[in-house]
Amino acid sequence: MEFRRHTLANGLQIVAECNSEAYSLALGFFVAAGSRDETPEIAGVSHFLEHMAFKGSEQRSAADVNRQLDEIGSYCNASTSVEVTNYYAAALPEHQARLIEILGDVLRPALRPDDFAVEKEVILKEILMYQEQPPYGADDRCMALHFGDHALGRSVLGSSESVGALQPDAMREYFRRRYSPRNIVLAAAGRVDFDALIRQAQIHCGGWEDFPAPRAFTPPATAPRFEVLTKPQAAQQYALQICDAPGADHALRFAARLLTIIVGDDSGSRMFWEFVDTGRAECCAMSAAHYVGAGVFNTFLCCAPEQTQENLNRLAALLAAVQRDGVTEAELERVKRKVGAHIVLSGERPANRLFSIGSNWLQRGEYRSVKETVAQYQAVTRADIQAVLEQFPLTRPTTVAVGPLTGLRAPA
Amino acid sequence: MANAILTHRLANGMALVAEPMPWLESVAFALLAPAGCARDPDDRLGLANLACEMAERGCGSRDSRQFVEDLEYLGVDSTSGVANTHVSFAAAMPADSLGEALAIHADLARRPHLPADQLEDARQSCLQEVWAVDDDLAQKCMVELRRRSYPDPFGRTNFGAEETLEACTLDDVRNFIAAHYQPAGAILAVAGKFDWNDVRARVDKLFGDWAPRPAAPVRARPAPTGWTHIPHDSPQTQIGVSFPSVSYRDPDYYKARAAVGVLSDGFASRLFSEAREKRGLSYSVYAQLHSLRDRGAVFSYIGPDRERAQEALEVMLGEFTRLGQGVRADELERLKAQLKSGTIMQQESSRSRASSIASDWYFLERVRSLPETLRIIEELRLEDINRHLAERPPRDFMVVTLGSEPLEVPRGISPPHPG
Repeated sequence: MEFRRHTLANGLQIVAECNSEAYSLALGFFVAAGSRDETPEIAGVSHFLEHMAFKGSEQRSAADVNRQLDEIGSYCNASTSVEVTNYYAAALPEHQARLIEILGDVLRPALRPDDFAVEKEVILKEILMYQEQPPYGADDRCMALHFGDHALGRSVLGSSESVGALQPDAMREYFRRRYSPRNIVLAAAGRVDFDALIRQAQIHCGGWEDFPAPRAFTPPATAPRFEVLTKPQAAQQYALQICDAPGADHALRFAARLLTIIVGDDSGSRMFWEFVDTGRAECCAMSAAHYVGAGVFNTFLCCAPEQTQENLNRLAALLAAVQRDGVTEAELERVKRKVGAHIVLSGERPANRLFSIGSNWLQRGEYRSVKETVAQYQAVTRADIQAVLEQFPLTRPTTVAVGPLTGLRAPA
Repeated sequence: MANAILTHRLANGMALVAEPMPWLESVAFALLAPAGCARDPDDRLGLANLACEMAERGCGSRDSRQFVEDLEYLGVDSTSGVANTHVSFAAAMPADSLGEALAIHADLARRPHLPADQLEDARQSCLQEVWAVDDDLAQKCMVELRRRSYPDPFGRTNFGAEETLEACTLDDVRNFIAAHYQPAGAILAVAGKFDWNDVRARVDKLFGDWAPRPAAPVRARPAPTGWTHIPHDSPQTQIGVSFPSVSYRDPDYYKARAAVGVLSDGFASRLFSEAREKRGLSYSVYAQLHSLRDRGAVFSYIGPDRERAQEALEVMLGEFTRLGQGVRADELERLKAQLKSGTIMQQESSRSRASSIASDWYFLERVRSLPETLRIIEELRLEDINRHLAERPPRDFMVVTLGSEPLEVPRGISPPHPG
C-alpha cells in the first residue's frame, strides 16, 4: 500500500492509494461544487450538471459515453452533495487508461440543448420521486429551517420550479465558475499504475483551463425551530432533527462521529434500545455530516402517528441525559472497536477507499491510511466527547415532522 | 485466485461450505436455517419474522443486550433477515473474531431464550415494518407484483400483516422455532481469511449434535390472478411488470440472465436508454431476474409521473416483447465485460462472497467457483441466447400499478392465463 500524489501544471491534483494486491481499481473526480455554491435562482444546478456530464462532450454523444463505460465493464456513478460533486467508477485494472479517457471527457460536457431538455425531465422525475417517498422532502426543509438564508440550507436537488426554469447558459456560467482544475481532485485506489495515471491525466485533463474559483465561507447563524408539515397520504409519521456539529476541518469530528454511534447507531445504540428494540419506532438513528466550516448531527425518527408526540418527548429526554451525563467508558471502548472493524472491512474494497481518499484530500488536503484512520478513533477520550457536547449541544435541535398529523408540540 | 471450495456435510443434514480468501483481513459467514416465511401458517403471516426478532433477544448465556454488545465488541457487523425459504444470519468481522462469532450464532440458532416479557416489544418492531412498507410506494407495488407472479406461498413477503401478527402467541413463536430452526436444509457459508481445519472442527462441535427435524415440503397453491391497480392519491405512478423465466438451477439460467442484462445492466442497457435517456420517463427503471428452486421470473419497475404512466407501461412492454426477437452481438459483449468485472470484484468482499456461496449451495447443492463462473460468462454465445429467447420469449406479463388512476392494457398484450 503506497500513497502517491502529483499536481498537474493547471492545478489538478492527483492522489492515489496504490495496492498492487487488489483485484480492481477505483477512480474518481472530486469537484468542489455543490448546493452551497448556488444561488436561489439556480438551485439544483450542481446536481443537474452532474447528470449532464454523462450526456457527452464535443467528442462524444451521450450514447457514446454510456456504451463506452459499459464496454469496459465499469461500475460508474456520480453524486452531488452540499459541497462535493463526484464522478467515479470501479473497473478491472487493465481498463485504467480507457477509464480516465472517458471520465476525463465527462468532466468537459458539451451541454447540448436537446440533451438538456430530456435530462431536465429526468431530474423533475427524481424530485417527484423524493417528494413521494419518506420523508417527503422534510430533510431539505429541516436544513433550510436550521440554516435560514445561509448557503448550507439549500437543497441539493433544487425545486421543480428552479430546475424547471434553468437554462443551459446558466449551467455553462456555473461550470465556468466552479470546474477549474484547481478545484478538482482526481483520486484513485486499488491496483493503480500511478506513473501511467499521471501521463493519462496529463493527456486528458492537462488542457483544462485554470482559473480562480473561490468559495465563500460565511459562518452560519443557526437557531432551533420546530415545524410540522402535513402529508395526509402518509401512513407513518417522520421527524427529522438537526443540531450543529463540528465541521470537516474541526479536530473534534472523530469524537463527534463516535458520539453519534454511541447515541444513535442503527444497532446497539441508546436510541436503538429506547425506540427500535422496544418497537416504539420503526427507526430512530443519528448520524453526522461535516462540511467545511460547519457540521450537523442528523436524527431521523419514523413511527406510528399516535406514538410520535411521546417519542419526541422521550427523544428529548434521551438527548438531555447524554448532554448532562456524557457517555460511559464502556460505551466508548465498544464503539471504538465497532468503528475500527468497520473501517478495516469496508477498506477492503478499492471503491470504498476511493471516497475516503478523495474527500479527505478535497476537504482538507490530507491523506490517512486505514491504520491511521483507526488510530484517530482509538485516540478519542471521554474528555473529547465532553468537549463535543459542550461546544455542540444536542439539546437545541431544529425539528421538522411530516406525516398525517397536524398538531405536534416541541418537547418542553 | 485460490478459490478452492471446501465443503463438509454434517450427519444431521447441515452443510458447511467455505471459500478461503487469504488475501483479506476479514472473514464473513451466512448461516441459513429453513425457517422462511413460506412456513407461516395462513392465519399467522409474519410469524417467521417475529420468530427471528425474538431469537435475537437473548440466547445461550447472553441476554438481549449482551448478545448485541458482545458482537459489537468483537467487531462483528451482523444482520438478520427472513426470506421466503430461509432465515439468514450474516456476519462480517476481523478474522480473529470468527470462532467466538460462530459460537454466539450457534446459541442464536439453537438456544434462543424467547423471553415472554419481550414478546410485545418484538411484535411492535414487526408491526413497525408492516406500517413502513405502506409509505414505500415502490416496494408496495413490487410486493403485490411478487404475490401475483408466483404460486402462494412463494410470492409472499416476510412482513406479514397487522391482524395476523397480532394473533401470534409466544407458543406460536416457540413452536415455529422448534420446528424450523433445525439443521436439515441449514447452510453455513464461510468466506475470507480462516483456517479450514479449525472452522470444520468448531462447526462439528457447535452444530454436530443439533437434532434434525426435516419438515414436509411446502405445498404450493394458485396465486391471485389478473392485473391489478392499487389506488393511491399521488402525482407519481408506480408500475411493476413481471414475466416468467427460468430458475438458477436451469441449464439456461445464464442465457436468461444475459438477456435480462441486455435490458437492464449498465448505462447502455435497453430500459435505461429507451425509458430514461431518450424519453425522460422515470428516474428509476430496472429489470431483475429472480429465482426460486423450480422457476424464475423477471421483475421490473418504472416510476413515471401520472401524465406519462400509460406511455411508460407501453415502453416497458414494448422492450420486453422486442427482447423476444433477440439481442445483438455488441450488447452481449458489453454485458460479458460487466459480468466479468462483477465476478472478479467479488473477491474483494468476504461478505458478498459468503452470501453468494450460500445461495449457490441452496440452489445447486454445490458452489460455482469464480473461475467456473468466469468460464460460463466467457462461453456465452449469441446464438444460444437468441435460441433461448425464441423458445421462451417474454410473455404472460403480470402488471401491478399503484397511483391515482388505473392504466389500460395495451393492444396485443395479454395477461397471464389464470391458474
